Amino acid sequence: MKQLRCLRYGLLALFLLLPSSCKSAPTPGGPSTVTLKVFNWGDYIDPDVTALFTQETGIEVIYTMFEANEDMYTSIKASGDVSHDVVIPSDYMIRKMINEDMLRKIDMGNIPNHALIDDRFKNLAFDPQNEYSVPYMWGTVGIAYNTTMVEAPITSWTALWDEQYQKNIFMMDSVRDSLGVALKMLGYSMNTKNEAELQEAYNKLVEQKPLVLAYTGDEVKDKMIAGEAALAVVYAGDAITISDENPDIAYVIPQEGSNLFVDSMCILKTAENPEAAEAFINFMCSTPIATRNWEYINYSSPQKEVIAQMPEEFQNSPARNPSAEDLARCEVFEDLAQTTQYYEDLWTRLIGA
Amino acid sequence: MNRRLRLTAVPYALYALIFIVAPLLLILYYSLTTGQGTALSLDNFRRFFDPRDTVYLRVLWRSLWIAGVSTAICFVLGYPMAYILSQMKERTRNIISFLFILPMWMNFLLRTYAWMTLLERTGLINTVLKSLGLPPQEIMYTAGAVVLGNVYNFLPFMILPIYTSLTKLDRNLIEASEDLGAGRAVTFFRVIFPLSFPGIMSGLTMTFMPAVTTFIISKLLGGGQNALIGDLIEKQFKVAGDWGFGSAMSVILMVLILLSMNALSRYEKENAGGGLM
Repeated sequence: MKQLRCLRYGLLALFLLLPSSCKSAPTPGGPSTVTLKVFNWGDYIDPDVTALFTQETGIEVIYTMFEANEDMYTSIKASGDVSHDVVIPSDYMIRKMINEDMLRKIDMGNIPNHALIDDRFKNLAFDPQNEYSVPYMWGTVGIAYNTTMVEAPITSWTALWDEQYQKNIFMMDSVRDSLGVALKMLGYSMNTKNEAELQEAYNKLVEQKPLVLAYTGDEVKDKMIAGEAALAVVYAGDAITISDENPDIAYVIPQEGSNLFVDSMCILKTAENPEAAEAFINFMCSTPIATRNWEYINYSSPQKEVIAQMPEEFQNSPARNPSAEDLARCEVFEDLAQTTQYYEDLWTRLIGA
Repeated sequence: MNRRLRLTAVPYALYALIFIVAPLLLILYYSLTTGQGTALSLDNFRRFFDPRDTVYLRVLWRSLWIAGVSTAICFVLGYPMAYILSQMKERTRNIISFLFILPMWMNFLLRTYAWMTLLERTGLINTVLKSLGLPPQEIMYTAGAVVLGNVYNFLPFMILPIYTSLTKLDRNLIEASEDLGAGRAVTFFRVIFPLSFPGIMSGLTMTFMPAVTTFIISKLLGGGQNALIGDLIEKQFKVAGDWGFGSAMSVILMVLILLSMNALSRYEKENAGGGLM
């Protein structure tokens, strides 16, 4: 961890000295005819995988990233869909995109590796017939906490409202995850469309705001590794990344229950190269590549062979392999349809408050 | 000849039409839509100015306040610097003004990230403080951190225009002032300072505008705890998908900036005239 910091300062110094970092010239590769545009979450793939795909198939990959589902959705809406072929949204967003006719049915005949996906992740509510999506990664939302900074193990969402952790809490800068935490703490569903319940959850978040250090995105990983705060609401996979670097970090799925998410690969209706997109999805599901991504990202893989080869010590980790009871308390997000706007309004007001 | 000269303005006029006028009109149009139906309405503006729910007005006030404080600090730091710079030998001042521009070669985002590494609890400043036995400071995620980020990023925009106006100053006027018996202080306040007003005006404008509209500095250094109007606008477009409300907030911000620029330039005219008399 210390080394990482040193490295960062070193890089910082280097950047200050080098006004313009040298960019490598674009490699004049062979006359590749096909390009595939992939749109995925930030830091959500082994960086070598796209090059391996190009090596194997000759298909050039243009890879771009987004920070949140809503971010991805508005960007696709704004650019008129032509900028991407493959997208990797989460469950509820996939439902919304299916409802809005934005996704193309996938020919599973072209994706033999779909057979390697565990049955638990097939026929889920957001895509009951497995027509539009192939699961990529899954996980839970929970609290990552620094065991040297808390008195007893954290078990409940209420810890995030505990005044002894004032200015020691990172929340997520994401509407559904943060409102979901408050809703679950109050014993409501994370998919509620009841405005009174939402208002109550919003009031809780307003009450919590003075205790929160910051509302963050991906950078929460660096912050928790460095020990900037005691508690952070994180995705399970990020908790693993953090605790790999900082062994003081533990992860818990709070007793009130939480969110179970499944991020799946989809093809946009407007995709210019559906065959290339299917080839890419199939490639991502192959055991060596799925293993690579799983090792790099740390999120849980839905791929049977990856699960089977998981070392024993991972089996009992609540972050890597949540127990059946934990999962039973978790909910998968559903598309909120008309209520989305209400959620967004509450969130804008909370950030403004 | 005249007509030919005028023709050379066509490319810019076209550019302005496509990239400045048209987008402005689009924003104005979007600000009047609500996403439900095509009817135009003032609902977005009503929502912003709702007297029963002042959350948006408070964000606007916070943005103006933080930008104002940042601009004031930039001015207090920047004017003396520009003045000292303008008094130096030409060679030295060219080198030093070059040094001011040098950090701007590096991406603004990276420079702001660098501040995070400095200001954090486990950052460089607090590590040094701790090793000296001094109490650590809570700097990150405060309004102060946002002001600091603004001042750091926009200070050159204050110094350079003032410096330029000071170097273009007519030396004869200063000599005349001294010949007529004015001391250094009087010469400065009654001759030099008023004559540098155009530079001060551009400096204030060029610092205040980016400071009041920024969203990335407040996001990185304020951590969502000190959201500015820029943050809310960004959220409407990027996440919430409510372009109407986002556009309405942009229009309100633009009108405010235009009004304050106008007031400032009127003030400048009056004073510049008085100063020269």
